Amino acid sequence: MDFLTIIQVFDGTLRLAAPLLLVCLAGLFSERSGIFDIGLEGKLLAAAFLSAAVAFVSGSVWIGLLAGIGVSVGLSALHGLASITMRGDQIVSGVAINFLAAGLTVVVAQAWFGEGGRTPALKSGARFEPIIFPGAVPSKEMADVGPFMQLYSELLSGHTLLVYAALLTVPLSWFVLYKTRFGLRLRAAGENPAAVDTAGISVVGLRYAAVVIAGILCGIAGAYIATSLQANFVKDMSAGRGYIALAALIFAKWRPWYALGACLLFGFLFAVDNRFQNILLPAWSLSGGLLLMALALTGYVWRKDLLDKFVLGGLAVGLAFISALIVVNVWGVGMGNQIKVPVVFIQSLPYILTVLVLAGFVGKAIPPRSGGVPYVKEK
Amino acid sequence: MNFMKSILGSAAALAIGASAAVADPAIIFDLGGKFDKSFNETAFNGAQRWAEETGGSFREIELQTEAGREQALRRLAEAGSNPIVMTGFMFADVLSKVAPEYPDTRFGVIDVGWLDMPNLRQYIFNEHEGSYLVGMLAAMASKTGTVGFVGGQDIGLIRRFGCGYAQGVLAVNPNASIIANMTGTTGAAWNDPVKGGELTKAQISQGADVVFAAAGGTGIGVLQTAADEGILSIGVDMNQNHLQPGSVLTTMLKRVDNAVYDAFKGNGDWAGTMQGVVGYAMDEHNASLVTADMQAKVNAAEASIKSGTLSVHDYMSDDSCPVLSF
Repeated sequence: MDFLTIIQVFDGTLRLAAPLLLVCLAGLFSERSGIFDIGLEGKLLAAAFLSAAVAFVSGSVWIGLLAGIGVSVGLSALHGLASITMRGDQIVSGVAINFLAAGLTVVVAQAWFGEGGRTPALKSGARFEPIIFPGAVPSKEMADVGPFMQLYSELLSGHTLLVYAALLTVPLSWFVLYKTRFGLRLRAAGENPAAVDTAGISVVGLRYAAVVIAGILCGIAGAYIATSLQANFVKDMSAGRGYIALAALIFAKWRPWYALGACLLFGFLFAVDNRFQNILLPAWSLSGGLLLMALALTGYVWRKDLLDKFVLGGLAVGLAFISALIVVNVWGVGMGNQIKVPVVFIQSLPYILTVLVLAGFVGKAIPPRSGGVPYVKEK
Repeated sequence: MNFMKSILGSAAALAIGASAAVADPAIIFDLGGKFDKSFNETAFNGAQRWAEETGGSFREIELQTEAGREQALRRLAEAGSNPIVMTGFMFADVLSKVAPEYPDTRFGVIDVGWLDMPNLRQYIFNEHEGSYLVGMLAAMASKTGTVGFVGGQDIGLIRRFGCGYAQGVLAVNPNASIIANMTGTTGAAWNDPVKGGELTKAQISQGADVVFAAAGGTGIGVLQTAADEGILSIGVDMNQNHLQPGSVLTTMLKRVDNAVYDAFKGNGDWAGTMQGVVGYAMDEHNASLVTADMQAKVNAAEASIKSGTLSVHDYMSDDSCPVLSF
């Protein structure tokens, strides 16, 4: 594998991580204020549709972006109305938003454009174009330049504005949440809303502010997939990215910088999956790696509760068993033999990682204490 | 207003159809959706053509979930629709259960060729042969000697496309390399244009300059990215040359519309297995991309496939491909 290939995989990582990151931070704001948001997927989809539709009709991608943000904030307000004002179940409201978006986008697109639930392809000018940094070489000449130039031209340059914006959102979110009075209050509303209320600050107001911020971020992410990565809306084009972002949020333990790490890791796994159809690894490294994981698990659960010992210990035994199976199978032909790692395994890694976090293996993921509980003022 | 009218109109039509019990034909579209600009939409076009020519009307159900197959089929059969046509091999299991329970209803199914029932007509297509032809075009148009294939859901039928394509490529250029990717393993793989675009980018970075998409709605993303990056692409099922004019080299046509039209007419002996038509699309959008010389070579190959002197390996005959590993 040459250096350029690695750069190209990282380049794909950035493109795929950007929408995840925006949606993940949207969930972070909402859940930190105490409002669970399972409707991220629906907001992403609705924003993708309306941004592509309006960008096509108006011919301006910026108006499209605004429309995408608009519909996403509208759905957020609906979620807020149901779960903050009406004190309804936040999960039910979120699921309803997902269904609403999945159905409405296709029906409205069909009635509007008559192309079968798709929007017409956007011309250049009506979509976000890649920003080429000064001096960057085009991809056709990439193989002829030095590694530093490859890094600069392929990885850093050539993304659309929204990718850079998504990356900038991370320090911004961190600053807002941890360095401003608003952020402190917002986090408090998710941990102990009664204390916030006692201090004379409106919990309802804070939570509404949080879901609106979530709406804005989902809107940008939707516009990114429909007007930047692609040039039209296709039914269900969000393809579960809202749910993956939720997994990333848990993986990141509800913290902005961790969210960046989690989304980059997930994006990297997707990019690897896209680039390499089947990964060949020597048998000894595969079997050894599995054995090491089994040993690490065993060491970890040694002083844990009985339940942990049972679940994670079982996992360790399973891993050791697979490792032994590989050894038995390839012993005859030599341990240097290449073994094919199925692409499905790489695709499922983000979920396996999330389950491991939830199982308490990679530190503990503790959600905001008052998350999912509507705030009722004491009489 | 028009929209409301059409909703009310279709509701009224349904109500009338149910009470009058006239044997209108019906069609069930598979999960990709009626307007996928591909497989299902071709089927819809065939049904439309029948309706326009005969002035008749037909019923339709767009499948929403995997679990809805049997319910949709039974609903139409109970309501007296006849014949009932299904698009997609995924109906095979449900059909073998439901069809014997309605012996007077004629069923038609696309992409299934292994069932045998007195009231079932099956349509199969030699996708490997059509893919072989577009594979030849891809190899002749490629300057780098590397071409790509993006499949939708990883199933035998799509591997059949990929395998035929690879054989066509290698027939023209034995040294060519073929990069094959599948979008996913679930039904969602038919509607993920973003991933389709990323797969295309990954193939381009490995040198591919022609990419064949057999991936339903995901293929829209492949064609878009290919146009953005200035390489050629190949569409599938319905003529997709117009989607990105000047960038879509050709489309591997699968005349599902003819099959549906034929089934709706319902002439002749019903039971049996029919052979559908495959080919490649030429129109004003790709006239400048395909030279007369290229066309002549492909037409010669098409003729020798028909006459039997050239045989293309079918992935589904032995679940393996001699020239491509998936």
